[in-house]
Amino acid sequence: MSIPGSWYLVLAAVLFSIGAIGLLVRRNVLVMFMCIELMLNAANLTFVTFSRVLHDIGGQAAVFFVLVVAAAEVVIGLGIVVAIFRRRTNTTADDLHSLKG
Amino acid sequence: MLHAVFLMPLLPLAGFAFLVVFGRRIGDPWAGWVGTAAIAGAFVAACVSLAGLAHLPSAHREVVCAFSCGPPAANHAFYTWFAVGGLHIKVAILLDQLSMTMCMFVTGVSMLIHLYSVSYMKKDRDFSKFFIYLNLFVFFMLVLVLSSNLLVTFVGWEGVGVCSYFLVAFWFQRETAASAGKKAFIYNRVGDVGFLLAMFFLFSKVGSLDYLTIFHNKDLLTGGAATAAVLLLFLAVTGKSAQIPLFNWLPDAMEGPTPVSALIHAATMVTAGVYLLCRVSPLLALSSDATWVIAIIGGVTAFVAATIACTQQDIKKVLAFSTVSQIGYMILAVGCGAYIAAIFLMVCHAFFKGLLFLGSGSVIHGLDDEQDMKRMGALRRWLPWTYGTFIVGWLALAGVPPLSGFWSKGDVLDNAFSKHPALWALGLVTALLTAYYISRLFYLTFTGEARWQSPAPDGRPAHHTPHESPWIMRIPLVVLAFFAAAAGLFDLPWVRHDSFVGWLTPVFGSSVYAANESDSLQWVLGITDAVVAVIGLSVAWVLWRRRANRPELEPMFFQRVWYWDEAYDTIIGRPGQVLARFCAVVVDGRIIDGAVNGAASLVRVTGSGFRRLQSGYVRNYALGIALGMAAIIAFMISRVW
Amino acid sequence: MSPAMLATSITIPDLITFIVAGAFVLGGAIGVVTSRNSVHAALSLVLTLFGVAVLFVAQHADFLAAVQVIVYAGAIVVLFLFVIMFLGVDRQEDIESEPLRGQRPLALVLIAIALGSLIALFVNANWVTGARSATGSTAGGGHTNVYLLGKSVFTTYLFAFEATAALLVIAVVGAVVLARRPSGGLLDEPDAEAESDEEPAPEAGSDAVSADDELEPDGDPATRQEVPR
Repeated sequence: MSIPGSWYLVLAAVLFSIGAIGLLVRRNVLVMFMCIELMLNAANLTFVTFSRVLHDIGGQAAVFFVLVVAAAEVVIGLGIVVAIFRRRTNTTADDLHSLKG
Repeated sequence: MLHAVFLMPLLPLAGFAFLVVFGRRIGDPWAGWVGTAAIAGAFVAACVSLAGLAHLPSAHREVVCAFSCGPPAANHAFYTWFAVGGLHIKVAILLDQLSMTMCMFVTGVSMLIHLYSVSYMKKDRDFSKFFIYLNLFVFFMLVLVLSSNLLVTFVGWEGVGVCSYFLVAFWFQRETAASAGKKAFIYNRVGDVGFLLAMFFLFSKVGSLDYLTIFHNKDLLTGGAATAAVLLLFLAVTGKSAQIPLFNWLPDAMEGPTPVSALIHAATMVTAGVYLLCRVSPLLALSSDATWVIAIIGGVTAFVAATIACTQQDIKKVLAFSTVSQIGYMILAVGCGAYIAAIFLMVCHAFFKGLLFLGSGSVIHGLDDEQDMKRMGALRRWLPWTYGTFIVGWLALAGVPPLSGFWSKGDVLDNAFSKHPALWALGLVTALLTAYYISRLFYLTFTGEARWQSPAPDGRPAHHTPHESPWIMRIPLVVLAFFAAAAGLFDLPWVRHDSFVGWLTPVFGSSVYAANESDSLQWVLGITDAVVAVIGLSVAWVLWRRRANRPELEPMFFQRVWYWDEAYDTIIGRPGQVLARFCAVVVDGRIIDGAVNGAASLVRVTGSGFRRLQSGYVRNYALGIALGMAAIIAFMISRVW
Repeated sequence: MSPAMLATSITIPDLITFIVAGAFVLGGAIGVVTSRNSVHAALSLVLTLFGVAVLFVAQHADFLAAVQVIVYAGAIVVLFLFVIMFLGVDRQEDIESEPLRGQRPLALVLIAIALGSLIALFVNANWVTGARSATGSTAGGGHTNVYLLGKSVFTTYLFAFEATAALLVIAVVGAVVLARRPSGGLLDEPDAEAESDEEPAPEAGSDAVSADDELEPDGDPATRQEVPR
């Protein structure tokens, strides 16, 4: 509680950037998904921090909804991943480039 | 009686319209009779109007007409064609002695030639079309002559040019005829640039295109303005009346049927230029530089054309160059300020040149379309009427007294003498050549041995016995011969002032028939003219009466029209083609098409460039998102900093 | 940093908590990004999520910390592990090479810019201390965090709540459709199972479980089916 809000924000920012770098650099689809989760968590942390600092319960309600949506998103995303990669022998994102212009 | 004047252009137009609709149905020869009747009606209307005009007192014979007539202030008009800004163009008739004179001989000679054509064009496939064009031509010629402002004159000007094109290219299946029609039209068009520019110029200076208004305000044309306007108009005149530099369409125009050559290229259209210059005589009076240019060009053209006519072998070409030469005389007269002399020569020339052309048509008709004089000869036995009337035309053109040619040419030369003796000398030499070439034509055609009876050295077959023309063709010949002989009576020195000159003097006011020489000088000059004519005749008699083949007297330089066509081709034609090719290949192909195609390929190249952004890799797209994110955050930071 | 933030000085336990939790968070994150094996990555994710949960507790967001552990670490990561197993657990990704040109350098540069700007923003930011929130404070007034959160979700944000409930239903249906076999064969069985399990559960906590159930009949790696393309 006594930790200044900005520390949390910096931590969240660093977490977000690590997640972003992971998304851009890794080729394994599932790991990319996990990096997305990291980024979502960073956002959640930010929300909660602001909720505490500004004494507003709305921040926590936002986290609530973010969690729900993240869950739904993971369900669908993994369903798609399964549907695509069921019969392939590799799961890199680079193999899905048939929409190349 | 003056009110009949509007019938003059109207009847040929009605004939044209009727023949367009019904011509083919009524066919040969009724279409011809309808056309002739229309022109005869116009001639009668002209006579009636002449009577009406003569009734008016001599000083008040300038009348502006529409359906009714009145002095200029009354402002009659058929309708206002358009009124834009300061430009008001009314369609009205300006009737004075000058236009009356023109109308009389235009309708008269046209009537005779229509009559002639009814027989000449018999059995032609496009019989009614011929009369359609002829009637339309007469209509436009009358519009040209009768109009009261420059723009309506220009309408007539262009109209006769178009009809000339139609008629020269009448037998368009022949390649040479089609090209000749194009050549005639294009040369005329080049001249018309001058007309247009003159109109623009005059409007900008004076503010009106109406003749009477321009003459009233002619003091607004100061300094070089009058010279510029006159020279621009003169450019148009050289085109229409076949003078240097735009004369070489006229010999080619002989591809048309002979009545066309007689009407358009001898009697009427080519005289339209002379008429225009006479009409704007007040402007010519303002600029002596312009009149010098006009006189010199007229004289030089007369001389050059005469030299060429001496060497031609086609009978119609001789007459064509003769026309150029005679019109050169008329232009020379105009340049010397002798307008009445020019008009008198114009009228006489219409008679005797028309006669000569119709006579040559008779010869050609009789010999089954043979036009080469070297294949004629001794025709006086078989074509007596043609022979008889042709003699009149021949002597008139040569300038033998007392026929009209002597008097008219004499007037011109007198005035040339008073302007400058060098011009007179040029004219005199040309008169000698004139007598020579027309006599050569006469002897080759009608005397000597009958060369057409045996095949030619180059294989052309012999002709069977020629037949004299039917009486329909003979009547115009006789009438024209009478006038060619008798017209000189108008100009006999003791009758002169009361008749022709007296009639036309009020038109030209101060710039009248300028020769004020003493009587004795006139006698001397007159005798010189007669002597020269006789010399020319005799030389030709000696050389050409028996022999038809004298190549040493027909140098190629003159036969090929002083290589004028070739010169134009090299100076104008080739560079024009090079320019056109340049425009087509470089300007159009590379620059314009390149720009248009370049725009398209620019789009394509840009598209291809952007296409590389769509790599198909999700991670690249994520990179794009990261780029946007970084940009937004950096922007926010820059705002806060 | 605003003076208001330093109103209460930092206590040692709080600091230690923050540092340890922060280490877990960042360590797990780096582990996710750099693990060659996907299972290792999943487990590192769990570490991160626990760390985040601890940080939630430290900020008095108790309910959210619990939900974080139950839903994220307990359901979503399990889901991940299931899919990893299904698709080949022993697949190693080649981290060293990067087939796309410029991807790595550009990514590093951009993220560095973003991160640097963000930190600079936080350093220079002025906290807004204007009107009090209409939704009420996070604590105080004698109510617990759960009470306050529940009250705000079920009153102020009710519409969003119902929408997310619908979203979950859609997600369930979507998952079933995506993962099932093409027509013919064992068509009836998964449908019946789908029907029975397709009850919209309004609570976020149980959703992941039902999603898991749907995936089971088709998630069996033993039965290789035609992939509907």
